[in-house]
Amino acid sequence: MTPHVLTRSLDRSATVFLLIVAGLGVLIPLSNLLLPSGSMFQVPTYLVALFGKYVCYAILALSIDLIWGYCGILSLGHGAFFALGGYAMGMYLMRQIGSRGVYGNPVLPDFMVFLNYPSLPWYWYGFDMFWFAALMVLVVPGLLAFCFGWLAFRSRVTGVYLSIITQAMTYALLLAFFRNDFGFGGNNGLTDFKDILGFNVQADGTRAALFILSCLALIIAFLICRAVVTSKLGKVLIAIRDAESRTRFLGYRVESYKLFVFTLSACMAGVAGALYVPQVGIINPGEFAPGNSIEAVIWVAVGGRGTLIGAALGAIVVNYAKTVFTSGPLAPYWLFMLGALFILVTLLLPKGIIGTFNAWYEPWSAKRLMAESAAREDGVNEPNPAE
Amino acid sequence: MSPPSFYFRRGRTVPANVFDRLRALVLSVFLIAAFAVPALAGPFEDAVAKFANDEFSDTDEAIGLIASSGNALAFPIISALQDGRLSADPESKKVFVTQADGKIIDAATGAAVASLPAGASAVRLNNRLRRTVEAALGSLTLLSPDPAKRIAAAQQVFKSHDEAALPVIDGALAKETNKAAKSAFAEARAAILLYKSDASDAEKLESIAIIKARGDQEALALLTGLGSDAPPLVAQAASSAISAIQSNLALWSMVQNAWYGLSLGSVLLLAAIGLAITFGVMGVINMAHGEMVMIGAYTTFVVQEVIRTRYPGLFDYSLLMAVPLAFLVAGALGVVIERSIIRFLYGRPLETLLATWGLSLVLQQAVRTAFGPTNREVGNPSWMSGAFELGQITITYNRLWILCFTLAVFAILLAMLRYTALGLEMRAVTQNRRMAASMGIATSRVDALTFGLGSGIAGIAGVALSQIDNVSPNLGQSYIIDSFMVVVFGGVGNLWGTLVGAFTLGIANKFLEPVAGAVLGKIAILVLIILFIQKRPRGLFALKGRAIEA
Repeated sequence: MTPHVLTRSLDRSATVFLLIVAGLGVLIPLSNLLLPSGSMFQVPTYLVALFGKYVCYAILALSIDLIWGYCGILSLGHGAFFALGGYAMGMYLMRQIGSRGVYGNPVLPDFMVFLNYPSLPWYWYGFDMFWFAALMVLVVPGLLAFCFGWLAFRSRVTGVYLSIITQAMTYALLLAFFRNDFGFGGNNGLTDFKDILGFNVQADGTRAALFILSCLALIIAFLICRAVVTSKLGKVLIAIRDAESRTRFLGYRVESYKLFVFTLSACMAGVAGALYVPQVGIINPGEFAPGNSIEAVIWVAVGGRGTLIGAALGAIVVNYAKTVFTSGPLAPYWLFMLGALFILVTLLLPKGIIGTFNAWYEPWSAKRLMAESAAREDGVNEPNPAE
Repeated sequence: MSPPSFYFRRGRTVPANVFDRLRALVLSVFLIAAFAVPALAGPFEDAVAKFANDEFSDTDEAIGLIASSGNALAFPIISALQDGRLSADPESKKVFVTQADGKIIDAATGAAVASLPAGASAVRLNNRLRRTVEAALGSLTLLSPDPAKRIAAAQQVFKSHDEAALPVIDGALAKETNKAAKSAFAEARAAILLYKSDASDAEKLESIAIIKARGDQEALALLTGLGSDAPPLVAQAASSAISAIQSNLALWSMVQNAWYGLSLGSVLLLAAIGLAITFGVMGVINMAHGEMVMIGAYTTFVVQEVIRTRYPGLFDYSLLMAVPLAFLVAGALGVVIERSIIRFLYGRPLETLLATWGLSLVLQQAVRTAFGPTNREVGNPSWMSGAFELGQITITYNRLWILCFTLAVFAILLAMLRYTALGLEMRAVTQNRRMAASMGIATSRVDALTFGLGSGIAGIAGVALSQIDNVSPNLGQSYIIDSFMVVVFGGVGNLWGTLVGAFTLGIANKFLEPVAGAVLGKIAILVLIILFIQKRPRGLFALKGRAIEA
């Protein structure tokens, strides 16, 4: 009885979540484009870009929740996959600048002219085509995650050890991308984008379209995650999370399951990064900083680990708070807030917002349902004493 | 400036010891041979008196005579002339030097004089004389009373191998008594002879032997610059000397890399050793460990500030005072953290990781608020500054002290774990927590003390790192990933593993650096560790046991 009720209630909340995302995805761009500027209900363009950023973070949080909440893999390097996806998109956008750069070179981006590159490095080939860049957004993070995961899971690196080496991975990439001769713009990163698929990235219409696309990507990512976690595969993942050795002894190839979900999650993070870059207009090695990845984990923890909706909600809530705090007079205290959030959530709210809400709401709704059906059965089988 | 004048006076009037007598003898012989000046009593005084004639030609002559006199007063006189501090009285034919501190001495004798006579005026110079003065000063430093200055001047000649300096070098070499300066002069002489067109082959071969014995980069440059037009015998000797020096230098560069590696390894060990305790014994991932290091460094800063303002005389002892204080401050903070946060999270390592990360953000921001975001100045006490040469490498005292300090901390910690009651309890809890609890060990007390100990050692590490790194709120962050790498590589729960891990990583890093560059070397190390973890997921020295995770 209980599992049935549980899935049904989750289904309902999932539907509500998807409807809200879809509604915002339509309403915000419409209000931005159609209402006159200065109108009370008009959403300014900068806010559209800001919300678009939050939605990208929500996709990243979903990808972390998929592996952490359902498979117990705490990756402290998911920012690396996000940044790699972002760099793939950034490379496409750099190639689109063409001869409009400061140095006017039709092939080489500005920083390469500046650093005396004789010709385009081989790994930049193909990024002038959108389909290739879009493919790389999935392939590069996916391939890295596959190789990394294949090595790590096969030799049974688990728990905190895995967390630490994922952190080392993103740290190594941070150092590499900071180098000028690595071919990705050094510490300035890639910026000064002009247009995407022929549309000006600064234009209101493009921003609105990117926002719609981000919301769409969030919906698709959510549906994929739901499909994975409610399938039989998802049950095995949960079994791995709760008792890895036992699952292995039962005959499941634990490392294959982990590898699949880790790679899928990395691809999702890559897509989030690719949508993020045109909306914020820059990608630089700072995105690889280990601190960013850990911050993304805390979004999931705040919203509720293993709930998917909570992850997306946590990303948006924490980042909204960050925007409010860091732009106001309280800016010096933001790190206190963030640090306290880490401590208090882990100590006092281990299930996160959604998890706590569910724990409080579900027994209540289950009781109510049970009471209803019991009442119905009562009504059928036993005559009311009062009658 | 004053000791030479005193020294000179005593030597002049009463040649009290053999050294002075010999010196006087050599000096006069040299003067007779070189300039055919009659050995009157006081050729130096006569030369000095020429300044009083107020004629450019006499001044020129005086400069030449004084510069080649070898007299200890020569340098102060000529440099005073250059700065316009040399005055002459035409009446009495006496010449005076106004020293930098305003005191006036008689140039001929070095005796102090109360004030300048009324008729005295500064000795004039023209442009030609200024050049003469500069040249004289250059060769005079070769005769400076300070051996270090003499050596520096000789090194300069070695590099320039200027033929004009040969007579002065010869003279200086003849009367040199300081061993280091003597060999510096010999090397300078060899360098000149090697490039002197009319020197004989035998002289050149001898010079090559001397330069080869010196065997450093400059010797190599000197021999390589010889060119192909040298006589065949000399060219052959030079090329064999070049290859000998090169292989010698390669060896020394290995030694140098090994030393840098040891030094980096000691820093890594110091930063990681506290982590090895908290992670190894308690299984707690403390991401705020780096901030404990930072707090230790700031404790040092505060101690030095107090000493600077209240008791400046005790500055050399500031680090000795900072060590126990940093241990107490960081250790107490560690106990507080364990009691207020970490004890609620035992058995949930991932949550501990997140909570301590949050804690590290709070601590960083707290320090930033209290001390400001910029680097703070922490001074080196005198016994930690400077360096000494060992063969072809330079070893700085602060690195050497840190290495010794690290090993001492390691030894004390090891002894503590082995011989004290707390150490015994810690080891028991590490091996089997539930069994230890059943035996009556208060495991929660041991946990708090262990965490305090690990944090305290991080604080001590901060004292040492304040000597070689910038003391800023970000100090800890730069060490945290490296420290984790050391602990994971070395194996959890084993201090020897941490020691081996730290030195291996340090040395490997420094040997990769010249080949791959600093950043690529670091990346290579990280990748190698990631690959290593695949092979041995529990590190180099894993604890054996039957425990299996979930």
